Amino acid sequence: MAGNPMNIFDISGRAMSAQLVRLNATASNMANAGNVTGSEAAAYRAIRPVFQSVTDQPGVSTVKVQQVLTTDAKPVKRHDPQHPLADKDGNVWEAAVDSSAEMIDMLEASRMYQNNVQVLQTAKSLMLDTVRMGK
Amino acid sequence: MGLEDSLFGVHGKALELRSQRLSLLASNIANASTPGYKARDIDFESALRDATDKGESVNNAMNGSMGYRVPLQPSLDGNTVELSTEQTLFAENAVKYSTTLSFLESRLNTITRALRGE
Repeated sequence: MAGNPMNIFDISGRAMSAQLVRLNATASNMANAGNVTGSEAAAYRAIRPVFQSVTDQPGVSTVKVQQVLTTDAKPVKRHDPQHPLADKDGNVWEAAVDSSAEMIDMLEASRMYQNNVQVLQTAKSLMLDTVRMGK
Repeated sequence: MGLEDSLFGVHGKALELRSQRLSLLASNIANASTPGYKARDIDFESALRDATDKGESVNNAMNGSMGYRVPLQPSLDGNTVELSTEQTLFAENAVKYSTTLSFLESRLNTITRALRGE
């Protein structure tokens, strides 16, 4: 944090960015759910961000996205010889995305985002009240 | 005892502590979905006592009375943030911050009036 102590705006702001990364990951997973490819290697696998807390002083910490992992879920093999992408055995692979889990993740991420916005709003109005003190 | 202590009494230190606790609770809310994060909080009463009676600095008073939250229902990923608890305490802390602020404000008004001699 470039020498400056972390303040409440850093804490909530960076947490919002982290939740936004999570929301983006969920969106690309959802967009690719049900996608079909002709080989197992090419099939889409769900991606998921890994959160890590960043501590400034004891107790004051925010969160960052350490990395975005590709999950090792197995794409679903489906026998569908009519499919234009089917391989020589007539198999296609469906993207390894659990869409109900993604929906839940999306809901949670958006709730967490809202919580941080609320924190930011409260902190902002308190800071403004403090600035106006005595006027 | 510094000038600000004799002017504002307990409220100056209280406002500083409230503001630090606001950051602490905001950190808990920010890390609500970080695996392994342990929620922390301070015992406000003892921190305020350390800062006023014992004359410790606000940072020392904060660190001295900080502890980890005991979760009602521990989650599997090791995170001990319970949003309902944190949000309630955050709201409570925000209201008390405003209260301290209005105490300070009326104190300021009193002093200003005394200085003007109206």
